[in-house]
Amino acid sequence: MEKSNSEPMVAVSVKNINKKYDKVVALDNITFEANQGEIFGIIGPDGAGKTTLFRILTTLLLADSGTATVDGYDVVKDYRKIRRIIGYMPGKFSLYQDLSVEENLAFFATIFNTTIQENYNLIKDIYQQIEPFKNRKAGKLSGGMKQKLALCCALIHKPTVLFLDEPTTGVDPVSRKEFWEMLKKLKEQNISILVSTPYMDEASLCDRIAFIQDGHFLKIDTPAGITSQFGEKLWAVEADDMYKLLLDLRSNPHVKSSFTFGENHHITVDNSLTMEDLKKYLSDKGNTTIQIKEIQPGIEDAFMQLTENKQHE
Amino acid sequence: MKQFLAFVKKEFYHIFRDTRTMLILLGMPIVQIILFGFAITTEVKNTRIAVYDLSNDVVTQQIIQRLQANTYFTVVESVGSPERMDELMKAGKVSMVVVFDADFESNMLHTGEAAIQLIVDATDPNQATTITNYATSIITQSIQEMTTGYSASFTILPQTRMLYNPQMEGAYNFVPGVMGLILMLICAMMTSIAIVREKEKGSMEILLASPIKPIFIIIAKAVPYFTLSMVNLVTILLLSFFVLKVPIAGSLFLIITGSLLFILVALLLGLLISNLVQTQVAAMLISGMALMMPTMLLSGMMFPIESMPAVLQWFSSIIPARWYIEMIRKLMIQGVSGIYVVKEFTVLIVMILVLLTISLKTFKTRLSSN
Repeated sequence: MEKSNSEPMVAVSVKNINKKYDKVVALDNITFEANQGEIFGIIGPDGAGKTTLFRILTTLLLADSGTATVDGYDVVKDYRKIRRIIGYMPGKFSLYQDLSVEENLAFFATIFNTTIQENYNLIKDIYQQIEPFKNRKAGKLSGGMKQKLALCCALIHKPTVLFLDEPTTGVDPVSRKEFWEMLKKLKEQNISILVSTPYMDEASLCDRIAFIQDGHFLKIDTPAGITSQFGEKLWAVEADDMYKLLLDLRSNPHVKSSFTFGENHHITVDNSLTMEDLKKYLSDKGNTTIQIKEIQPGIEDAFMQLTENKQHE
Repeated sequence: MKQFLAFVKKEFYHIFRDTRTMLILLGMPIVQIILFGFAITTEVKNTRIAVYDLSNDVVTQQIIQRLQANTYFTVVESVGSPERMDELMKAGKVSMVVVFDADFESNMLHTGEAAIQLIVDATDPNQATTITNYATSIITQSIQEMTTGYSASFTILPQTRMLYNPQMEGAYNFVPGVMGLILMLICAMMTSIAIVREKEKGSMEILLASPIKPIFIIIAKAVPYFTLSMVNLVTILLLSFFVLKVPIAGSLFLIITGSLLFILVALLLGLLISNLVQTQVAAMLISGMALMMPTMLLSGMMFPIESMPAVLQWFSSIIPARWYIEMIRKLMIQGVSGIYVVKEFTVLIVMILVLLTISLKTFKTRLSSN
């Protein structure tokens, strides 16, 4: 394969992958391509099939039907070659708790046929943060530091494709932010990254995202592309009694959908409804200090809309 | 190769840094050998007995003295009535009462027929049999010595000789059994748990998705346990030789070779278990129920195989420890030469081949949760 700059190289290609566990459908006819040097996010709730997809791509599981390639290698036939070039961080990976930071890293370096020194520049930025604790047992690290160490272990052999299965689950917000900054730096090294997450706010940090639910891909696009296709009026509503407010919003026939997003409710409304009408309607129902403002749709709004539409199909 | 060594090193770290595992691995053989050797014994020592002497003559006095002088018995009381005898028995103060008939000496000398009655507490039948045997042999011996001068009667007395274990030491029987049990425990149980732990913790996923060949992962996991079981083998042999005074009558080379074969069987069993289960608890239960129990109960370690029902006898022949224990008994205690243990060696080798085939067949290069 020759590298051409005009067209992006495909890092991961998946065609019509199906996977069932007994009667439960984990993946239903999944097809997508992730390009080289791209952060491709797979966004979806727990149990949507993210881990199964990752395991198929990392050659740990066999799909019932369909084909997939990683860096041009077939996941079934060339599994040995794939195992040499990928980095994988499983969701429940917990390192070896009774080995020190340095021992963990050295161990993974050796089994990937390399040394810490050889690829130190790749992990330097990340490793420097945990280096002061290099003699500490991995079990005694904080969640964020564990995650950094796990990432170092997955990177130590300079993989071409990195698979991160829910890397930020159970990690504090600051560490999560740092983690995504690291991914951006890795991307600059031309490492392709497939990352799954249940957090919608992380989706906007990916180059492209795929929404997955119940084994289906709902949509694949850039974060901006997904939000621009929202196509409806979106308001954020606030009041003193948020629960009563939600019930009242849902009882209004002009409000199409309403979901709680942190401190306010996001609603989509049909064009006949004005903010004044709604405010009056709500205060008549007994709500106090009502605030309504128009907002730009976020990734989570788009996801809610997509799942909503799917249920109505 | 470097990968392999790094793996083995990591595995040793796991073992050395877990005090509980270390305690089990290194402490258990010592505790078991000492327990089985000293505390749990079927030997008869200092059994408390009473005598009910209706005759009270020279001969009976002499017999009582003989019993008393022996390490097996301690005469605690000379009772005066059958009621007192009954009382002592019921209170569990004595395990046997020796009753001498009236006019014992004159009956013996004149009619040649004097009666002694041994009343034994047979709550524990094995113990009772042993006590009776000892008492009988002591009594017959002393009567024989006393009557030699008279040479009036033609009494034919059987002479029993206990081969290989003349003192009937319990340790002789238990040491091979404990060896079988410990090696099975460390190799099979510990190995299967160690491999399954990687599955349970999720690290197996990374290891499988790495360039290291999966079969190397397994072999690397087994190496430390193999090493430790060799350490244990040596510990057990030293302890039993120097502390329990069990002889090593046969060839040490054959004992070690046979043990190596048995260790291999156990390691393969552990590997097979780890192929089949997903959690440490399941691995522990399976190795406990399917390996340890039969090893203890059906291998001939505790109960003789000959007295088992036919079905269990047949079943016991698929238990590796049965053949290993038999082999070690022959080599260590009997001291036979190599040709007498060919059968045991062959059985163990066949078991290795069968287990190896099954293990490789069930071994997965991917995650097993299909």
